[in-house]
Amino acid sequence: MEMPQPNPEILMRKNTVLARLRQVLPSDAIIHDEAETRAYECDALTAYKCPPMLAVLPSNTQEVSDVLRICHQEGVPVVPRGAGTSLAGGALPTADCVILGVARMNEVLETDYDNRFIRVQTGRTNLSVTGAVEAEDFFYAPDPSSQLACAIAGNIAMNSGGAHCLKYGVTTNNLLGVTMVMMDGSVVEFGGAFLDAGGLDLLGLICGSEGQLGVVTEATLRILRKPEGARPVLMGFSDNEVAGQCVSDIIKSGILPVAIEFMDRLCIEACENFAKAGYPECESLLIVEVEGSEAEIDSQLSKIMEIAKRHDPVELRQSQSEDESARIWLGRKSAFGAMGQINDYMCLDGTIPVSSLPYVLRRIGELSEEYGLDVGNVFHAGDGNMHPLILFDANKPGDLEKCEAFGAEILKLCVDAGGCLTGEHGVGIEKRDLMTHQYSPQDLEAQMQVKDVFDPSWLLNPAKVFPLSVSESRREAQIAAE
Amino acid sequence: MKPETEAELAEIVSRLKEPVRIVGGGTGGILEPDAELSTTGLSGITLYEPGALTLVAQAGTPVAQIEKQLAAEGQHLAFEPADYRELLSTTGEPTIGGVVAANVSGPRRIQSGACRDFLLGVRFVDGQGMVIKNGGRVMKNVTGYDLVKLMAGSWGTLGVLSEVSLKVLPKPETTATLSIQTNDLDLAIQAMSKALRSPFEVSGAAYDPEQGQVYLRIEGFSESVDYRSEKLRVELAEFGDISDNSNSEALWTEIRDANTFGGMEGDVWRISVKPSDAPQIVAKLAARKTLLDWGGGLIWALVPSGADIRARLDRFQGHATLVRANLDTFDSLGRFQSENAAISALTKGIRKKFDPRGIFNPGMMG
Ligand SMILES: Cc1cc2nc3c(=O)[nH]c(=O)nc-3n(C[C@H](O)[C@H](O)[C@H](O)COP(=O)(O)OP(=O)(O)OC[C@H]3O[C@@H](n4cnc5c(N)ncnc54)[C@H](O)[C@@H]3O)c2cc1C
Ligand SMILES: Cc1cc2nc3c(=O)[nH]c(=O)nc-3n(C[C@H](O)[C@H](O)[C@H](O)COP(=O)(O)OP(=O)(O)OC[C@H]3O[C@@H](n4cnc5c(N)ncnc54)[C@H](O)[C@@H]3O)c2cc1C
Repeated sequence: MEMPQPNPEILMRKNTVLARLRQVLPSDAIIHDEAETRAYECDALTAYKCPPMLAVLPSNTQEVSDVLRICHQEGVPVVPRGAGTSLAGGALPTADCVILGVARMNEVLETDYDNRFIRVQTGRTNLSVTGAVEAEDFFYAPDPSSQLACAIAGNIAMNSGGAHCLKYGVTTNNLLGVTMVMMDGSVVEFGGAFLDAGGLDLLGLICGSEGQLGVVTEATLRILRKPEGARPVLMGFSDNEVAGQCVSDIIKSGILPVAIEFMDRLCIEACENFAKAGYPECESLLIVEVEGSEAEIDSQLSKIMEIAKRHDPVELRQSQSEDESARIWLGRKSAFGAMGQINDYMCLDGTIPVSSLPYVLRRIGELSEEYGLDVGNVFHAGDGNMHPLILFDANKPGDLEKCEAFGAEILKLCVDAGGCLTGEHGVGIEKRDLMTHQYSPQDLEAQMQVKDVFDPSWLLNPAKVFPLSVSESRREAQIAAE
Repeated sequence: MKPETEAELAEIVSRLKEPVRIVGGGTGGILEPDAELSTTGLSGITLYEPGALTLVAQAGTPVAQIEKQLAAEGQHLAFEPADYRELLSTTGEPTIGGVVAANVSGPRRIQSGACRDFLLGVRFVDGQGMVIKNGGRVMKNVTGYDLVKLMAGSWGTLGVLSEVSLKVLPKPETTATLSIQTNDLDLAIQAMSKALRSPFEVSGAAYDPEQGQVYLRIEGFSESVDYRSEKLRVELAEFGDISDNSNSEALWTEIRDANTFGGMEGDVWRISVKPSDAPQIVAKLAARKTLLDWGGGLIWALVPSGADIRARLDRFQGHATLVRANLDTFDSLGRFQSENAAISALTKGIRKKFDPRGIFNPGMMG
């Protein structure tokens, strides 16, 4: 993946920039030593690495504002960073950038159960937002598998989802307001503890903008009361196509489970070895979860199992205990890690219309043969968000390139089937060059115009989302202006 | 002007010399003097997949036609698009494009989300006649910036929507409504908050001060509705007698459409607030009549013509939208609350990019 050449003129001014940052930040919040900046050289897309010129770890909105004002005046690109778990290279630095990490900003600012919201600093991890309200039986709904590590900052920037978003929606559906610092250092409030702020929906625009419009420092999030209970059922099938049909039939029946997750044989085996969840041996597995009281769960599951039976499942089993449910979910949420124990892998994230599941799965199988690389499939079946995991060997010359070419072909397949390149991980650098497959030049122009308005100098995370050739004139204009 | 295809729409827009007013069903009754660009020629459902919970329709498609088709499969638009014809004394057929352009959401907003939360993709023609698409027809999509949200609620000031795709949901099998009698607004808000804090999935929480009734809606499969209603009665026992309401459907339609204000003299405002702030806001409003929805987070208010509610509320957390008034009042007070300088600059900047000639609905959003 190509990145723009670092600007030598900026690199030469490293010490000036450093001196100015020292005036506004405590010394332990600035990382400038080349050995230490290495800690920020990549995110979870580890195939690409580049240490930044500097990294800063501000503690509050004011410090973020000071940093951005200085970088703006100095013409230094800034890459915002949460926990660095992006799988798309969203937080990958360039050699001439300042990494602005919000990890130290992890405080809860306000909890309000009557009005059902929480306000946090965005460095707080996803799971610890739920942790802060659990004692009152509340939770924060979006649950990416990385929730133990990833920060609300990254969740907002990527509009992250999770297994339970079939019912509860993704980040954007649970975000009420943000405090954002613009590249020039000004601080702006969007939305708040009320619904649907008047005027244009700028909050909706900010969510999912991959750190290119501003640095989000505080967020008001919707919190929900926990359901009385939840229970998953495991359904094993001897054929992917049948599993896909079963998903569609469940949805059509009028029952809306909180989650419908799919795994194929390769993933089932890897996850079973990892979590001992008691997954059956079969070609494809569905985990379907419903919520409510015991009686409500019984009645919904009996309807769902009735539908499943029509598809000749090789296994159909309700979880019998909380412990078993926890293991079933642990297995699913560890899928990436479990696959990582088999080999290096690349995780894709395309979405397709649920009706095309059988076709797309079959086609991925054919491509896997063609490329000679194994693929495991694990995904959110209820909403068509696929995660094909392509296994490869990073130490084998040419394997990464082959894997990337295969991945690109799968993503194009998703788009051609009526879907999109990324359902929750974001474009970052990884899918940047495929954007032209989904969007016309005018479509991309309209999006870049939004960045022109928020960040006219194109200093915030500039080499992401748009193909470099497409954003080039805008990025170059900035360099010329200096 | 009434294009029949998206290409024709783009052609017309690129040749426009004067500003136009974009009109769907016209039920918004918005009467600025500009020439009309009608979207009703762009009509029809392009794709409906019940098993994928998705529907794609051209922007001028009547909402009624969409709801009918969905109902045949036991599905619906969960954000409950309102029908303001009675409130606004207008005629015509509301279109899906108009609903999206106004981000119209009903009582289920608090549980399921707003129109914007169900909007999966858009196609639109910008101010220079370019056809632009964003999003798509799948439920999860973070590919590039979310212009879909931007278009929802943009009131035709950024472009003319030609096609929208929506997530639809199964229609609940049964609906029950519990009512609590109280004339005390504070207590009403507390009761609604308590209900919404419970795990029993309340999908509507409204208060009608005139009737002195709190209404709580519970939806789903019938056994589950019975169970949760029972639980809620116990949970809310401290608020006094709780009765069942036999006429759920009509009741929630009335709340959704705010048609109790229809034909009454005066201006109508819609004010979005933090629910627990509602009592003090209502006190300041000194309105002739109010109706509260969204657990107290949405206040409908009828006030004497020309009254400046925003001045009365001074600085408050939320926003007040003028929904019904005469043209002079719209001109002097503005439909939407003015935004702070930073947001206003961003908004103007975006508008200038999408509609550089300022030809769409000038004056609509300030
Ligand atoms: C094992 C594993 C499982 C995963 N599972 C899921 C899943 O189920 N669902 C899902 O959606 N994702 C998943 N992800 C991807 C990743 O966790 C999410 O994208 C997450 O939201 C990233 O958060 P982060 O704090 O780590 O962000 P980072 O990786 O630090 O940054 C991500 C992006 O956000 C921007 N950003 C960071 N902070 C800010 C800020 N303050 N203001 C503005 N922009 C900012 C960055 O510039 C970058 O573009 C998974 C990742 C891993 C490694
Ligand atoms: C907060 C709020 C405030 C409201 N205030 C009013 C109000 O003050 N007055 C009122 O009469 N109604 C108001 N409504 C109701 C709303 O206008 C209608 O319910 C809905 O738009 C009906 O569709 P229609 O086809 O009749 O729209 P129309 O009345 O034709 O249009 C409504 C708005 O949407 C725009 N529009 C319509 N179609 C398109 C399209 N295809 N592309 C782009 N823009 C389009 C129009 O230019 C206009 O601004 C309000 C709704 C909400 C949620």
